[in-house]
Amino acid sequence: MDELDRRLINRLQLGLPLVPQPWQVLAAELGSSSQQLRERLQRLLDDGSLTRFGPMFDIERLGGAFTLAALTVPEARFEAVAATLAAMPEVAHNYRREHAWNMWFVLACASPEALDDALQRIHQRTGLAPLNLPKEETYHVGLYFSL
Amino acid sequence: MNRALDAGQSLALRRLLEAGLPLLARPYQHLAQQIGAEEQQVLAQVQQWQQHGLFRRLGLVLNHRALGYTANAMLVLDIPDALIDEVGQRLGREPQVSLCYQRPRRLPQWRYNLFCMVHGRQRERVEAQITALLERHLLSDLPYQILFSTQAFKQCGGRFAPASHGACPHG
Repeated sequence: MDELDRRLINRLQLGLPLVPQPWQVLAAELGSSSQQLRERLQRLLDDGSLTRFGPMFDIERLGGAFTLAALTVPEARFEAVAATLAAMPEVAHNYRREHAWNMWFVLACASPEALDDALQRIHQRTGLAPLNLPKEETYHVGLYFSL
Repeated sequence: MNRALDAGQSLALRRLLEAGLPLLARPYQHLAQQIGAEEQQVLAQVQQWQQHGLFRRLGLVLNHRALGYTANAMLVLDIPDALIDEVGQRLGREPQVSLCYQRPRRLPQWRYNLFCMVHGRQRERVEAQITALLERHLLSDLPYQILFSTQAFKQCGGRFAPASHGACPHG
């Protein structure tokens, strides 16, 4: 990753202009060419540095139901429980954290009923009772990684 | 004035956009061809969706761990109910705090009701930032914990998942 890659990522986190030829606008800003920027972006997507390029949908406006949940997983079973969750399409991402509640994951479902159902299935399949912590208030959403 | 897309075209466009924006010189022209519409119609629809808040922007989801952001802390605090809105708004304005939410207590297992994400490259630095943050806001004496993530098992998936959402990473 070089300086142009970093500037491209930093700039794209702010959003691509909504015009017919957006890459021309960015090429002028970054002193590059439309073609070169697209090739760079494709490479960053291909090598896994980026996982998505496109509209950042407001998931709540799409009508889904979401929660952050946690499990206390015995160390010996950690990988197995992680695999059980990974196989469930409702599990959006899952992190090990240093805490007695050591597995933290986001559930994303089409409806509140589907969310309850997913939590119950996790309980049944793992024998572990999930801590269900749905968002009650949003104070700030402003994810930006400076590269 | 362009004709608006019909309902079928509009739905088809949204499905296509869920997969991302094509990496082409004229992405909206390409999308328009796929749904039998004009470039300007597609652009107008996308602009309208953005104005209505269906999405915030056309942007990126980073694999932040792969890009060096490996020190990712979830700061959780037990804030008295009467103060939580004020404290949440104050912490949310701090530049290091990327996400700030109120979540329910689940007593007796879980007492913390305010969640802040702080992403960084070095654990010591993130810890120092959080310590300074708590001192600045006179919160050091309230119960809190810092949960660093140490491993990512699955990042983003599922149709309704935050894969397409700017606020994906909790870790």
